[in-house]
Amino acid sequence: MTRMDVKSRQRIQLGILLAPPSLLLAVFLICPLAIMVIYSFLAPGLYGGVEWEYYPHNYGRILGFADPEFEEFDPVYIAIFLRSLRIAVITVLVTLVVCYPAAFLVSRLPDRWKSFCLFLITLPFFASLIVRLFIWVLILKQTGFINTVLRHLGVIDRPLEMIYTEGAIIVGLVYIFIPFMFLPVYASVEKLDWTLVRASQDLGATAFQTFLRVIVPLTMPGIVGGSIIVFIPALGNFVVPAVLGGAKVLMLGNLVEQQFLSARNWPFGAALAMMVMTAVLVLLFLYVRSEARRGDDALAVR
Amino acid sequence: MGESIVRLAGATKTYPLPEGGTITALDRVNLDVARNEFLTLLGPSGCGKTTLLHAISGFVELDDGRIWVDGEDVTGTPPHHRPVNTVFQNYALFPHMTVGDNVGYALDIARVEKAERNQRVGAALELVGLTGLENRKPRQLSGGQQQRVALARAIIARPKLLLLDEPLSALDRNLRQAMQIELKTLQAELGISFIFVTHDQEEALTMSDRVAVLNKGVIQQIDRPRDAYNRPVNTFVARFLGASNLFDGTLQRDGTRLRVVTDGQDAIEVAGAGDAVPPPGARVTAMLRPEQLSLAAGGAAHAATLDVSVERIVFIGSTFEILGRTAAGQRVSAIILANHQHMIPEIERTKRARLAYDVVAVHLISQPGTAA
Repeated sequence: MTRMDVKSRQRIQLGILLAPPSLLLAVFLICPLAIMVIYSFLAPGLYGGVEWEYYPHNYGRILGFADPEFEEFDPVYIAIFLRSLRIAVITVLVTLVVCYPAAFLVSRLPDRWKSFCLFLITLPFFASLIVRLFIWVLILKQTGFINTVLRHLGVIDRPLEMIYTEGAIIVGLVYIFIPFMFLPVYASVEKLDWTLVRASQDLGATAFQTFLRVIVPLTMPGIVGGSIIVFIPALGNFVVPAVLGGAKVLMLGNLVEQQFLSARNWPFGAALAMMVMTAVLVLLFLYVRSEARRGDDALAVR
Repeated sequence: MGESIVRLAGATKTYPLPEGGTITALDRVNLDVARNEFLTLLGPSGCGKTTLLHAISGFVELDDGRIWVDGEDVTGTPPHHRPVNTVFQNYALFPHMTVGDNVGYALDIARVEKAERNQRVGAALELVGLTGLENRKPRQLSGGQQQRVALARAIIARPKLLLLDEPLSALDRNLRQAMQIELKTLQAELGISFIFVTHDQEEALTMSDRVAVLNKGVIQQIDRPRDAYNRPVNTFVARFLGASNLFDGTLQRDGTRLRVVTDGQDAIEVAGAGDAVPPPGARVTAMLRPEQLSLAAGGAAHAATLDVSVERIVFIGSTFEILGRTAAGQRVSAIILANHQHMIPEIERTKRARLAYDVVAVHLISQPGTAA
């Protein structure tokens, strides 16, 4: 048998192996996505559904060129969009600040304690997300745990407004996404070669200089990976603002849900969803391009 | 030897053991390293040589004792403030930086002006023979090249002292020998003191001005390589610095002749004269290096002899090694030059050999408890 034969046979085998997942992706991801893209350019039907005519004003309502006959440009959508971005960025930063030092701490523990800590990190996955969020409602609400304790201690005489604020949403998101940040950050911190830290100090660098020039660059893959994994679902998150933001603080996820289920304006909902996806894709693209520019750097860090 | 570049006084360090108790890595070590000296710390693993090195670089804090570098007390000084640089065992090159950035690291930290920085990086790379590789990444280099980058990085800040922690252990034999010579040349060129840690006795003897043999946290002997090799102060040093035949026995005077008689009644003749010969009756160990034994041809009168039954003859190339036993059953190893190989067939047939040695070559080691 010649080498070509082996190669083409391998190709066929690979094709057979890849066929089921490709089919699955095509039917359940690409097709619905295509429908969403098409819908986002159609006019809303009067009683829900769509009218089959080209209608760019769904995006216009968000970006400022609304259909002059029926609708007005409302900056509230851009405001919600920016707020969602802000909340997602803050969530990423807070989880990073919490997880980065914690990862160093855990990585220096003896092996037995290490696996125990990793087990603790994954523990929240064993309870339902909704249950965990409602616990935060009990903690944050007007007659909740914190307010009760503070009032009994005499620190405050009127309950603090904690629930149904942007702060409450951030607390909830941080709480949910901490494991997603911790695991990739921990993986790269764990691999860090401490003799490099010694080498840096030996060459005259202070602890802070060593941190900036050696530790951060070498753990960057974990930081970036964790940030992406947290940012994407945080941006489009819908459960947390629904539970902890109430009707007051909307995020993009809730807006989309409202358009589809309450306002029955499917095209507008689809356009909003496309905006979220575009934002994520642009960020991912920028990241991939900067990685490609650093080229072998990413490889060198293993 | 002039003033010293490094001085340790009473340096002590103990580590707790996981199963309880402590292990003494350094036990009241005193050490003086002269300016421009190449000193090797030699010892088996766990002897404290790496701890000693790290005490000087600042990564190990002493329990007791003081350290001076170039006359300045640095006992409590953190590593980044010590005028000392290290070549690490696994090189510890920064994988995310180019060769040039690795070498220039110390200068970047010290905020050296860009033009001077680049000029010095180029000079350091030229010194180790890596000109033109500035923009490579460490992983694109061979082990030997990485070794040179580590060296260039460590000398660029012109330290007063360079510490080398088994830097050659990862290289193959040929490269290692080439690097040994290069290191020695480099040290002479730079005019800075080197403290070199190794467990390889040949490496230590080849390169050093002085060798410090460590065992159990104590410097056993610190001497010029040939003195440590020929006149070890105890049996540990004798064994660690190469093969040796050691005969434990009692010193006896027989007329004008002095000899060491073992418990099995083997007798090794020693020179009666000499500075520090213990009195007759003392317990001593007589040492004969294998290469100091030769085949007694025609019974030369000036040499003493030792009869052995031969167990094995090993052909090494330029030499033969004869492994045998004395009448009392003690193992003896003798290295015979190949120009005596015409006698080998006879020995193979009779399984007996008469080994000759010069009585002056026999080195006496006082046994603990009997010395002075």
